[in-house]
Amino acid sequence: MILDGKCPTGPIEKTWDKHRFDLKLVNPANKRKYKVIVVGTGLAGGAAAASLGELGYNVEAFCYQDSPRRAHSIAAQGGINAAKAYPNDGDSIYRLFYDTVKGGDFRAREADVWRLAQVSNNIIDQCVAQGVPFARDYAGYLDNRSFGGAQVSRTFYARGQTGQQLLLGAYSALSRQIKEKTVKMFPRTEMLDLVVIDGVAKGITVRDLITGEIRVHMADAVCLATGGYVNVFYLSTNAMGCSVTAIWKAYKKGAFLANPCYTQIHPTCIPQVGDHQSKLTLMSESLRNDGRCWAPKKKEDSQKYPGDIPEEDRDYYLERKYPSFGNLAPRDIASRAAKEQCDDGRGVGPGGRGVYLDFQTAINRVGEHTIKERYGNLFEMYEKITAEDAYKRPMRIYPAPHYSMGGLWVDYNLMSNIPGLFVLGEANFSVHGANRLGASALMQGLADGYFVIPYTISGYLASIKAGDYSADHPECKKSIDDVKANINKMFSIEGKKTVSEIYRALGRVMWENVGMARSKESLEEALKEIPKFREEFWNDVNVTGEGGDFNQQLENAGRVADFLEFAELMTRDALIREESCGGHFRIEHQMPDGEAKRDDENFCHVTAWEYKGVGNAPEQHREPLKFENVHLAVRSYK
Amino acid sequence: MSEQNGMNLTLYVWRQKGPNATGKLESYQAHNVSPDESFLEMLDEVNEDLIKKGIEPIAFDHDCREGICGMCSQVINGVPHGGQDRTTVCQLHMRSFKDGDSIYIEPWRAKAFPIVKDLVVDRAALDKIIQSGGYVSCHTGGVPDGNAIPIPKKAADYAMDAAECIGCGACVAGCPNSTAMLFTGAKVSQLAALPQGKAEAAQRVREMLKTLEECGFGNCSNHYECQAACPKGINVKFIAKLNREYMKSIFIK
Ligand SMILES: Cc1cc2nc3c(=O)[nH]c(=O)nc-3n(C[C@H](O)[C@H](O)[C@H](O)COP(=O)(O)OP(=O)(O)OC[C@H]3O[C@@H](n4cnc5c(N)ncnc54)[C@H](O)[C@@H]3O)c2cc1C
Ligand code: FES
Repeated sequence: MILDGKCPTGPIEKTWDKHRFDLKLVNPANKRKYKVIVVGTGLAGGAAAASLGELGYNVEAFCYQDSPRRAHSIAAQGGINAAKAYPNDGDSIYRLFYDTVKGGDFRAREADVWRLAQVSNNIIDQCVAQGVPFARDYAGYLDNRSFGGAQVSRTFYARGQTGQQLLLGAYSALSRQIKEKTVKMFPRTEMLDLVVIDGVAKGITVRDLITGEIRVHMADAVCLATGGYVNVFYLSTNAMGCSVTAIWKAYKKGAFLANPCYTQIHPTCIPQVGDHQSKLTLMSESLRNDGRCWAPKKKEDSQKYPGDIPEEDRDYYLERKYPSFGNLAPRDIASRAAKEQCDDGRGVGPGGRGVYLDFQTAINRVGEHTIKERYGNLFEMYEKITAEDAYKRPMRIYPAPHYSMGGLWVDYNLMSNIPGLFVLGEANFSVHGANRLGASALMQGLADGYFVIPYTISGYLASIKAGDYSADHPECKKSIDDVKANINKMFSIEGKKTVSEIYRALGRVMWENVGMARSKESLEEALKEIPKFREEFWNDVNVTGEGGDFNQQLENAGRVADFLEFAELMTRDALIREESCGGHFRIEHQMPDGEAKRDDENFCHVTAWEYKGVGNAPEQHREPLKFENVHLAVRSYK
Repeated sequence: MSEQNGMNLTLYVWRQKGPNATGKLESYQAHNVSPDESFLEMLDEVNEDLIKKGIEPIAFDHDCREGICGMCSQVINGVPHGGQDRTTVCQLHMRSFKDGDSIYIEPWRAKAFPIVKDLVVDRAALDKIIQSGGYVSCHTGGVPDGNAIPIPKKAADYAMDAAECIGCGACVAGCPNSTAMLFTGAKVSQLAALPQGKAEAAQRVREMLKTLEECGFGNCSNHYECQAACPKGINVKFIAKLNREYMKSIFIK
């Protein structure tokens, strides 16, 4: 099937304004009659629930943490982009649009990206009005910094805790609506199934994580804003509870999953030290404003104290390879370059999986005090984890799984192929193509939540009758029975393996074969291994405790079971995409100088997968991508 | 990595089946703990051991494991988050313990935070305080340009110092009166410092303090244990500011 993203046509500058005007509206007096479910209260879901509640819809919001303030958006450090052009350095909505399309390696829809760039400025205004304490200069105006893949300063930030401050802004707006009773909040509640009635999304089945109760919530529309899936690699910069579960359940109910192979490996994370490790910690990309990446030129220097390696024996490989972007080369490129150094035997630290991020030049230029003011909390975090002082010796960094560009397929209205199911934030596939630029995920989450869904959902709701659902429908009972049966099955195995053991093993196979560099052989190898882990899980796992109780083993088991299925789809997607683009690097497809080699002739499209039942191969659908404004070109940062 | 060169520790962990069950400290051994492990990774390994022995693993809250979500919440040897300066328990590393140590691990204890299970407590009361006024009532859209109202850097920095609160509740757990004045003061001070928050300042502080009392938190008697316990080093000056804002609000009806 050829999919249609239903993008507006005509001059790109007018697309969103025109579309907004064309969308049907719901009469204010009728809004109360429409119930909307929002799963996830990170930036995307929190902003959506607050804005929809404020408009007068009857909203129910869900998250698995004990409070909506703890979604993983909270961990974003570096900043959020907007095309304000406050620094007078040549930025514009068009440039942000251009950079994002190019940064995504020409694998995103132009119209969606344009809209994102256009509303980016509203986001900053909105957050300032909420009391988000962005960094300011001495005159009291908003300050900016630079991020990778851009030659202008368009990133707004709040120390090293931008995500926290933006999320607390959305959380405060949400709290206000909870008090107004337009939003009902269900924390510690996990969505375990989507209820689809006659082909239309009408509800979700959840588990109350405290009492273990399984129940259905029905509504006129369901929005999923459940975040990303890179925990499929086990070790990543995501929180422990981040999972693919919500979107995977929707996929199994018929929603198409687009480009699952597009995952972002972030270049600057603290390297792994041992087998006990449960997660990896990011060191914000903003550090590359002042930090210089290098590796020793000589293999024999790699275990030396870095201060003893003279300047001429250091290879500042990003500055050498990409002189015009230097240390601010985009993430996919910077990650692969770091891996190259290590594969060449010049990596530093335990196991030789690390390169240096060195602040000495910047400290000499602006002083330790200024560096401390800019990144103090990151240096502290680094020291807590590694016991090393990065003011004295360079940080050791290594790439780690960080973000998922792929996700559920949505049209321009953020609606999936299942009517009534909308997908927001990292959970959808829409704007980042094959690689996301830094500081643009926060922008996307808030754009979707504050400024897109409030308009597009009304177009859908205005076309249906309010309250046209019933929890007595046989589909609801079936969904509850299926969820319960799945849980009982997990308890009944009583095997010898712990959930974590199987999960760790899956993660290792995914990282080695479907990680930064992929080949036909490695992907086929993964496709051989993954079903074995799944089999092991369903025959030999030991899930302790009971279902009707607070049970973290059970929660984790459910999430791992979904990763065990999803991993296969992701690998399959990587195998059929016979090109390299953005974060998807196939070693068979590279330029003579090792850069990614795109194949626009055959792969300038989105791949969206349809579930075809247990044991059957999923079906592939395509949405062709057209570039009418930013012309398809080899992405160069040299 | 797995040679026997790590630490061996004795843990005394609070186990409690549910909110109304009686709890008690149980003792467990942690073997071969690497100094590079985080405290929660050490507990992960203990849990793996317990599962293999057929004992239910210890329930504890955690998510980001990088000191920002505010989910992790354990009192270690009598001190919330273990007492290392400005460190959450997920960021506490085992290199601050030594071989043979005994470690006591308990949940946050406060009337306003009922125990859910083992080390997990219910902190909904903190959300209630925010819901009663911890926001600026601006609508989505229809706000002025972000640079329309300059905010002096000093005010912005002050607001940010207050806004760093991660809402973990350590201040409550550390306080002999179990008060949430530091938590509430931080939000009140952040918004009172910014022009955007001034219009509702009086009502905000009154409502938030009323809710604080209704939720069963105690009163502040200047022990300053909250600041010591706070993993973000939120300063007690925000409690003084809270009190000043409250006094002001009495005169503005
Ligand atoms: C360490 C780190 C640093 C980052 N730094 C930056 C940065 O500087 N700039 C930038 O632009 N981006 C950054 N990002 C990316 C960005 O933070 C995320 O992509 C973005 O915040 C995702 O927001 P979201 O609302 O889509 O999802 P999330 O914030 O992850 O929220 C997901 C929500 O869904 C809920 N949920 C999930 N599954 C279920 C379920 N089954 N049932 C019920 N609820 C569920 C969760 O409880 C949560 O509320 C960073 C990411 C990380 C990990
Ligand atoms: S787990 Fe998030 S702060 Fe500790």
